[in-house]
Amino acid sequence: MRFRAKIVDVACLNHFTRVINTIAKLAKTCTLRLTEDKLYFILADKVANGGVSMWCELSQGNFFDEFQMEGVAAEHNEIYLEMTPENLSRALKTAQNAKTVKIKLTNKHGPCLTVAVELPTLSSSSRIVTHDIPVGVIPRRLWNDFREPSVPDFDVSIYLPVLKTMKSVVERMKNLSNYIVLEANLNGEMNLKIEADLVSVTTHFKGLGNPPWVSDDSQNSTQDRDPESMAEARIDIRKLLPLLAGQQVNPTKALCNIVSKRIVHFILLHEEVSLQYFIPALA
Amino acid sequence: MRCLITGGNVKVFGKAIHSLSRIGDELYVEPTEAGLSLRAVNSSRSAYACFLFAPLFFQLYEEGSPDPSGETFRCKVLMKSFLGVFRSLPSLEKMAEKCLIYLKPQASRLVVQLHCKYGVTKTHNLSFQECELLQAIFNKEQCANTLRAPARVLVDAVVHFPVTLAEVTLGVSPAGKVSFRNYLDEETETSKTMMTELCLSEDEFQDVQVQQQSHVTFCLKEFRGLLSFAESSNLPLNIHFDSPGRPAIFTLSDPLLEVHLVLATLSDPNSSLRAQPANGAFPLTVPDDDFAGDDIDSYMIAMETTCVGEAEPPSSPTFPQRRTHTSAVPESESSDLEGAVPGTPPTEEVPLLVLWVGADPVSGQDTAGAQPGCAGRGQRRRLLRGHLPPLHPSTPLIAWVEKLDFASPSPLLEGGSCFHATEQLEHCQ
Repeated sequence: MRFRAKIVDVACLNHFTRVINTIAKLAKTCTLRLTEDKLYFILADKVANGGVSMWCELSQGNFFDEFQMEGVAAEHNEIYLEMTPENLSRALKTAQNAKTVKIKLTNKHGPCLTVAVELPTLSSSSRIVTHDIPVGVIPRRLWNDFREPSVPDFDVSIYLPVLKTMKSVVERMKNLSNYIVLEANLNGEMNLKIEADLVSVTTHFKGLGNPPWVSDDSQNSTQDRDPESMAEARIDIRKLLPLLAGQQVNPTKALCNIVSKRIVHFILLHEEVSLQYFIPALA
Repeated sequence: MRCLITGGNVKVFGKAIHSLSRIGDELYVEPTEAGLSLRAVNSSRSAYACFLFAPLFFQLYEEGSPDPSGETFRCKVLMKSFLGVFRSLPSLEKMAEKCLIYLKPQASRLVVQLHCKYGVTKTHNLSFQECELLQAIFNKEQCANTLRAPARVLVDAVVHFPVTLAEVTLGVSPAGKVSFRNYLDEETETSKTMMTELCLSEDEFQDVQVQQQSHVTFCLKEFRGLLSFAESSNLPLNIHFDSPGRPAIFTLSDPLLEVHLVLATLSDPNSSLRAQPANGAFPLTVPDDDFAGDDIDSYMIAMETTCVGEAEPPSSPTFPQRRTHTSAVPESESSDLEGAVPGTPPTEEVPLLVLWVGADPVSGQDTAGAQPGCAGRGQRRRLLRGHLPPLHPSTPLIAWVEKLDFASPSPLLEGGSCFHATEQLEHCQ
């Protein structure tokens, strides 16, 4: 098992740092899956147990100048690592004006993802900072736990408003209640509601548009749904906020799929990153 | 005492207070002929700092005359209240034009006056407590390794460590490789914690003198405090250190200002400290004493008794003590270990941060750092250990202890613990 990658370009480094910062906000620990052309950050918390899950996919070619990996076997050319994204985020924070950043899988006091940062100095030689991030190697028999989640059979799919706007609304609502009701219809309308003992607040968004999903399933319930009728889900506001707060760059596309009273599925698409996030609905 | 600080020096002074406030809860103020000295020590006695502002730093400097008994005035004030005067550095820089510090002996107040723009004068009357000289025992001349670098280089180095990190390990090798890495104690799981290591090349330093390969571990918080002062005053920082367990000494030096920060370093359980009693580092003996329990009262009294009577060598309790018996103490010519009362550390055997802080009744001056062999002058010192219960001299108990007249026998100071101290001495010899 081998892995080494190198970032030289500052823009790529900044972009990668932002992605990692977002992931660090969403998950305490996650699984890093490495394949020949992609990196995945996976949180496979079972939504059924009330936790969130996450699936984030990056094309390595858009970030790394060098990327070499060798999995356990030729027919299973993949690596699965358990890690704390916060550590990676901290390591990258000190690499802001780095000349190069190398990330490799090493074996120092246990398996580590070593981030070696070469920093410019006033003198001729550069300064090397290495961060050894402890990781756990996930054996092959457990790989099946980390499959890409399928898009749920949703009632309504809708484009999200500008995330910054949504964030400032949700941030204020958080002070009033722990739960938020997200409801939307096929007419491009979405409402964010909170209902506390003393106050009810609703923010209405209009004209958001509904993404066209090509259905290969004739039973898709969205086909014959009344465009005015709302599908709603009540979710934990503290699970929604990190998703909105973590986005330092507005994604090219942001949408959410609501399965009435069961789950909200968010999809954020950047040019080279896609992030899916699932929040279970509460009763 | 009367000191007047003007112009940009007010901010420098304020920054010094900020740096000292990272160390202790009390500020020891001593006007001497060599200048105004400000000192602090932390509660576990593992960190000590001294800022000596030369008379020329001030627009006006009067150290004040000694009292009839020939004693120089020195006092301590609460760090919090002194820091309060200089709390906001930006506003200090913008508003304050002059700072006047003087003593009102009748009212027992130390007065700090800030003369600001638009004729505003802020007067702070601080209560103080008279005290003994606070002096850590260290000798940078005896340190095998010396580094000298612009503060900026070191600031850029420590920035890679999380703010929450307590200790950092500095390593050098004779090849000129200097490294910093985060220190993890045995309790932290290496499988969970990120390790960060930073290598600096020799040419980033102004001077690297390494006689022996070594790694020392010290507290980052106090070091950061000094670095921020050094960076603002644009002074290069000198680091003197030796083997693990020996204090690391950080100095800044300028014609107007001399700064010493002494940090205890973590002792290495594998290396034998006992073989190296130099540089104030006395054998780490753990006496089987009976104050090992957390009974602080007996602990304190026992400590003070180690210096009672002239037959015994003058001991140096951690706390600055009255100097009533100073005149009776002859300059000690005795060997290194004589008079070394290895205090009363708690029973824990784990290697902890150690540092020696004591009163210096002989020299009575801030010279320990500059005097080679000062540590070997048979003066008393105490072994201080990192995780002692905090012994704040501000508690009534200690105030009481300081009022004790050691010249006259006190029934409180007699008894078993006194005997114990003697026993300790014999043991050391």
